[in-house]
Amino acid sequence: MTLAPQVPDTPAVAVPEASTAASGPPRTVLPAPGPGRPGGERRRALARLRTSDVFAVVGAALASLSLTWLLFTRLLPFDGPVGFVVIAYALFLALYALLVSFDEDGPAVADRIAGAFVRSMGLLLVAVLVFVVGYALWEGRRALPHLNFFTQDMKLAGPLDPLSVGGILHAITGTLMQITIALVVTVPIGLVCAVFLNEVPGRFARFVRTIVEAMTALPSIVAGLFIYATLILGLGLDRSGLAAALALSVMMLPIIIRAADVVIRLVPGTLREAAYATGASRWRTVWHVVLPTARSGLTTAVILGTARGIGETSPVLLTAGFTAEMNLDPTSGPMVSLPLATFTFVQSPEPAMIARGFGTAATLLALVLLLFVAARIIGGRGPGHLTRRQEHRRVTASRRDAQRFAARDRETPSTPQDAVGT
Amino acid sequence: MPTLKRRPLPAAGEADDVPRRLFADPGVPDRVFRAVARGGGGLVLAVMLLVGGFLLLRAWEALRRAGWSFLTTAAWDPDSGHFGIAAVLLGTVLIALVAVCVAVPLATGAALYISEYASPRLRQTLISVVDLMAAVPSVVYGLWGFFWLEGHVLPTARFIATYFGWIPLFKVDGADPHDPLAPETVYTSSTFIAGLVVGMMVAPIICSIMREVFSQAPAGEREGAYALGATKWGMIRSVVLPFGKGGMIGGTMLGLGRALGETIAVYMVISPVFAVQPHILQSGTSSVSSLIALRYGEAGEFSMSALMAAGFALFLMTLVVNFAASSIVARSRSGATSDA
Repeated sequence: MTLAPQVPDTPAVAVPEASTAASGPPRTVLPAPGPGRPGGERRRALARLRTSDVFAVVGAALASLSLTWLLFTRLLPFDGPVGFVVIAYALFLALYALLVSFDEDGPAVADRIAGAFVRSMGLLLVAVLVFVVGYALWEGRRALPHLNFFTQDMKLAGPLDPLSVGGILHAITGTLMQITIALVVTVPIGLVCAVFLNEVPGRFARFVRTIVEAMTALPSIVAGLFIYATLILGLGLDRSGLAAALALSVMMLPIIIRAADVVIRLVPGTLREAAYATGASRWRTVWHVVLPTARSGLTTAVILGTARGIGETSPVLLTAGFTAEMNLDPTSGPMVSLPLATFTFVQSPEPAMIARGFGTAATLLALVLLLFVAARIIGGRGPGHLTRRQEHRRVTASRRDAQRFAARDRETPSTPQDAVGT
Repeated sequence: MPTLKRRPLPAAGEADDVPRRLFADPGVPDRVFRAVARGGGGLVLAVMLLVGGFLLLRAWEALRRAGWSFLTTAAWDPDSGHFGIAAVLLGTVLIALVAVCVAVPLATGAALYISEYASPRLRQTLISVVDLMAAVPSVVYGLWGFFWLEGHVLPTARFIATYFGWIPLFKVDGADPHDPLAPETVYTSSTFIAGLVVGMMVAPIICSIMREVFSQAPAGEREGAYALGATKWGMIRSVVLPFGKGGMIGGTMLGLGRALGETIAVYMVISPVFAVQPHILQSGTSSVSSLIALRYGEAGEFSMSALMAAGFALFLMTLVVNFAASSIVARSRSGATSDA
């Protein structure tokens, strides 16, 4: 954090300063903190747009389109939309550089070209990503309007049956059950481990953190393989929803720990120190100060880990088996989940099955989207920032405490007691 | 309540004035808390070590039988004792490299756009979109790659193979560029297409790490560059990129780690071959994870051990890449506070 420079103060402050200077030694006057982040610096917007810039962009775009059209249809033996776009884009950059160089010098031309390139890359990435998601949703349009798609399983539906028979209810329940079990396993362990990394520092904690960080990129199929090797081959259990949930847990655990660790690290040290200074023990500090402060971030961490886990196919592929029937018992029998169902449906050559696959993928995407929006709503605030209702509750509780203390002091006015409970 | 206890003072003249050990008694609840926290950490550590340990244990039989030829054999036929990961390892690495080559320019540009060029309101939206994309299930990317991308990227693959086929990497056996009616099946299911799909998948991950690092470049240095007359690009080149270099490398390697381990999207796109196949545009390739997904169902006890060995190799590879990535990020100037 950069301290504001100690410049000579403004005249408005300097006048009273000069009048008091005669009475005592000169005092240091700190400038008032600005309206931005306390003590920090704020970035200023420096962008300007001129008409000539707009003309240059539009002119270069038009020229490159016409030139590419000429090249493609009249002169060169190219085809395909991708080639058209690539050549048009390269020509656009060249022509834009040429147009700008008419009235700017070297560095400004480089600036414009880099700006155009960076903007187009940003646009391209977002466009491709939106397209990937939009494609799955759009292709799911044939299966999704059938209500039976959400209320039946595939027990009675053969591969040639139309979309009005069969559905993915078994996959939806399977996904929900597996992710619930995985959360029951990972959330307590993950949060305890994240607290351990931050609140019980030492060499062991550093070692655990290194291992966890390295495991964040554990290939999901290796997690599946591990559970397959231990539970199914080692203990001789059948493939089941429980095994799939455990495989998901192994995969999600490092993700949740990592995200929770980052959030807990953001809790201001001064809050902890204040708690210790009032005499609170370590675990009370964690329970009453650290965890409540980081609550929204921790929720986000868990939700994002859930979103990652819900969409994983490969651990489930190895450990859950496949069934077309509803299975509500996670401890026995194969249990299918949404990504696994998608994967299996699209392996079939039948158009109806492929449509079901896309419908399943769209359902899965909707679920992930829902989780993500929830995470954004909950996690939009930094540590310690409260909603209005939370703030109100906090103020009320504080007032109640004050009244309680006052009442107690009235009862026993002479013996001062320890205010901090243990 | 923590209380400070100390041994009673030694009687005068009994001994020299030695420094006393201070001992803070944390109390029972705190001791329990510490034990539970330590236990949680230890449990996680145990699980993580078990993953590697168990894979190695199960893989041991196959590794002992195959010896060093495990690394040099291309075929995968464990039941006849002739198996190795040369082909699948090469396929995995090539797919990941194509993915990184596609994803890094895209992600760098997008990260710079989000952190430097976009207006504040647009920035928030774009950050949400990119973060959401990092959570999109891989099977969705696989669907896109198999049903849409494959059909639309073939002309490009043919173009590259026709005009750059003299580079060994882009050579396609069995393709005849002079025959306009030649079937395009020699270009389908290739390393290139799988790499494109995986690249789109890891781009948001790389982008969000780079964006995080770029936005931490100190405002004072930015404005210093502007004050010296730099253009925006000049400022980015002299302040933002050097500041974020560690994050860029680390993010790229994390993306590489993800790309190496990707299973389902690759499995859906490629058609597996078990021979060393370095031509990225040619149909047929393989990867360690898709090998496991393909063969685990029909595997007997020994083939399962061989698959475990392949999984262990993949595990080691991603572990090394990931360790390198996090140490680069942590050592860089920008990495001290970032969560990358």
